[in-house]
Amino acid sequence: MSADPSLILDGREIPFVPGQTILQAADDAGVYIPRLCDKPGLEPFGSCRVCVVRANGRTVSSCTYPASLGMVVESETPELQAMRKVLLEMLFVEGNHFCMSCEKSGHCELQALGYRFGITAPQFEYQFPHREVDASHPDILIDHNRCILCARCVRTSRDLDGKEVFGFVGRGPHKRLAASTGSRLKDTNADVTDRAIDACPVGALLRKRVGFAVPVGQRPYDTVPIGAPEPVQEARR
Amino acid sequence: MTTSVDTVVREACVSVGHDPTRLMDVAREVQARLGCIPPAAVDAIHHDLHVSRAQVQSLVSFYAFFDDHPTSQITIRVCDDVVDRLAGYDRVAKAFADELGVTIGQTTADGAISLQRTACIGMSDQAPAALVGNVVVTDLSAERARQVVAELRAHRDPQRLIKKLGDGNNAHPLVKAMVRNNIRQAGPIVMSEPRRGEAIRKAAALSPAEVIRAVKTARLRGRGGAGFPTGIKWEMARAAPGARKFVVCNADEGEPGTFKDRVLLTEWPDRVFAGMTIAGYALGAREGILYLRAEYAYLRAFLEDVLARRRSDGLLGRDVMPRRGFEFDIRIQMGAGAYVCGEESALLESCEGRRGDPRNRPPFPAQRGYLGCPTVVNNVETLCCVTRILDAGSAAFSELGSRQSAGTKLLSVSGDVSRPGVYEVPFGTPIQDVLALCGGRDATALQVGGPSGRMVGPADFERTICYDDIATGGALVVFDSTRNPLEIAHAYMEFFEDESCGYCTPCRVGNVLLRKGLEKVLAGRGEPSDLEQFEQIAKVMKAASRCGLGQTSFNPVLSSLQSFRYQYETLVAEPAQGRRRGFDLDVATAEAARIRAGGTQ
Ligand SMILES: Cc1cc2nc3c(=O)[nH]c(=O)nc-3n(C[C@H](O)[C@H](O)[C@H](O)COP(=O)(O)O)c2cc1C
Ligand code: SF4
Ligand code: SF4
Repeated sequence: MSADPSLILDGREIPFVPGQTILQAADDAGVYIPRLCDKPGLEPFGSCRVCVVRANGRTVSSCTYPASLGMVVESETPELQAMRKVLLEMLFVEGNHFCMSCEKSGHCELQALGYRFGITAPQFEYQFPHREVDASHPDILIDHNRCILCARCVRTSRDLDGKEVFGFVGRGPHKRLAASTGSRLKDTNADVTDRAIDACPVGALLRKRVGFAVPVGQRPYDTVPIGAPEPVQEARR
Repeated sequence: MTTSVDTVVREACVSVGHDPTRLMDVAREVQARLGCIPPAAVDAIHHDLHVSRAQVQSLVSFYAFFDDHPTSQITIRVCDDVVDRLAGYDRVAKAFADELGVTIGQTTADGAISLQRTACIGMSDQAPAALVGNVVVTDLSAERARQVVAELRAHRDPQRLIKKLGDGNNAHPLVKAMVRNNIRQAGPIVMSEPRRGEAIRKAAALSPAEVIRAVKTARLRGRGGAGFPTGIKWEMARAAPGARKFVVCNADEGEPGTFKDRVLLTEWPDRVFAGMTIAGYALGAREGILYLRAEYAYLRAFLEDVLARRRSDGLLGRDVMPRRGFEFDIRIQMGAGAYVCGEESALLESCEGRRGDPRNRPPFPAQRGYLGCPTVVNNVETLCCVTRILDAGSAAFSELGSRQSAGTKLLSVSGDVSRPGVYEVPFGTPIQDVLALCGGRDATALQVGGPSGRMVGPADFERTICYDDIATGGALVVFDSTRNPLEIAHAYMEFFEDESCGYCTPCRVGNVLLRKGLEKVLAGRGEPSDLEQFEQIAKVMKAASRCGLGQTSFNPVLSSLQSFRYQYETLVAEPAQGRRRGFDLDVATAEAARIRAGGTQ
């Protein structure tokens, strides 16, 4: 019998199950690779690119790239960290993210990554795009200002809720999330209990009338950095 | 109205046998008959074809040639590529706009004609050019634009705008285009005397493995830009498990400044189809698809006819190689206006009836391509080379060119030259020799390989065209000393911003940041740190983008910065104390001022 297949991640040997991506193998081994569009249980998407790693010398998104035997993966290098920071800054300036007035603050993965990477103010100019808010649905709100086009809601609605409430329209910088019937959320079969709403990493998809149920200051990322090892998270809770 | 929408959709769906993967054809048909794909049609397609509304909506919104609301009977799309701009786009567009009484993006009050801009339509050698419906109108001037409008108002028939037919097959009854071939230097390989049927006959005498060996011995590499060895790609697809395999010919030719595939499809279509057939034999595929860009729709009927003749002559269908038990057929898949669909995995998405988002790799198309089956995607010119290799032998092919780059390359030459057109040159030809051939005497900057390639200056003119020196998919745009490299780079960044699929962060955002950064520098508000930022953005785009578009689209900026750094440096300056040069108080407070003045969003 041969041992379980393994790869080398930042100098450490970690096992993987054939068919796993690099990111899944890292997660199972308790090694955090920053990411936004990836979410366990959803089909890998590969849009945010925050999870870039170097695998056998090639820069790839670890959420889509298959792990392979003896593969040498670098993740926590200064170069890759700098790249991730640029990507996060790009996402910040592309939309309108006013964290201090956002219900998701402290729960938001983008904000949390901003903290993790020490982004105080992005180096790029803010684009200040004009984007709509779709408040047509009685219980759910889409604030396009904060959408990072990660498709977590699209995939969750399609694959877990079995509904296909969301899709994308347009291309390039004009690409945006759209409700799949007509153009407004109220025309769809979206429901307040849909798992898709919980899938959003940022404050783009929100339930109405549940503002500030958890006080600011006591929210998960207010105290513990995103991606902190489990023991740290336990201790601080 | 509703019934007619339903009828049109129903007929379109019947014509593709209700195959949901043929959504592109259905959408094209509906667009052609209704002038748009309105929400009612999206609904009807959703019901008839059993694809989700999200997919239909997403597709309609993605392609430039689809509209979701009524525009007009006739759409004039004026090509605003850089070469057209050099040749007088501004005057032509203004003449169209004035004569129609609209601005770009609008439709005349009577709903008859709408005016739009479009990216390169593959006519850089006869710019400025426009598409009127499917009809290509070349060599435009302001005066000609006004005439076009007057004529359209009178007869509403774009075809009647053509006064004089072009040369060669452009005058064929099924083409009837005013397009000229502009073949300036032909042969000896790709644009050589055709010998119809020969290559297939010779391939039939070989085993598939021997055919692949012949292509490998010839050292053929892809002509579409990436330069991947063709034989290895075929071998991968041959080895990949699967009973059904495909050969796809990439005739999307969207790289601005490229038009050589247009000429091959017009004059050597048999050679292209023979190459596809030989590829099919080599890898064990029975089906081929020619993906033809929407801008070349004027060639479609002609190409269908060539296919029909090949079928009746036993060069396609059951009887290609009866003794080998090999049959093969080809269908044409039309695009709908999206540069990114030239990227092979986006092309396959498009063929399957979706928006042209590239796929995650691996798997590669040769492993899992069209409909999940092993698929080889090759450029038009690559396939012409294949036919020639099988006909004339590997040695005759590889004796030309250089060690790493065997054979010849077609160049599409345009811009500030006296003889724009297509040149076939052996690999290893110095750039300055090409300039001498095409009459680019005052050349100061060259865009080699289109905007995704690089901009080079005179210091590089001694370098050679080949894979290991200056590689190119074939575009060579020449700029003389009156042109500003920064403005050229800016125009190309606008192109990439428009054409990015928007899937991944670095490309979706990076192109915009670079375009705006250039605007700042051009306006004299840049700082040296802006140039560093360009380099930083380019680095992240190159490494982190998901497909070849974002991995190269910073090149207009990065390469012009490398070749013409002094031009940038004269425009930037260190900021005066405490104040960013890019900061403009009036602009920064404009929104607040507007709100205070009682304006609304
Ligand atoms: C954005 C983008 C656009 C492309 N456009 C084309 C094209 O129009 N024609 C083409 O042959 N290859 C194009 N390619 C390259 C194809 O992805 C692919 O490499 C090529 O078709 C393979 O054929 P070859 O090996 O014969 O060159 C493009 C690539 C990218 C990234
Ligand atoms: S709404 Fe949220 S989950 Fe959906 S694409 Fe936007 S950011 Fe992602
Ligand atoms: S690099 Fe650009 S074109 Fe390619 S997937 Fe990303 S956004 Fe789309």
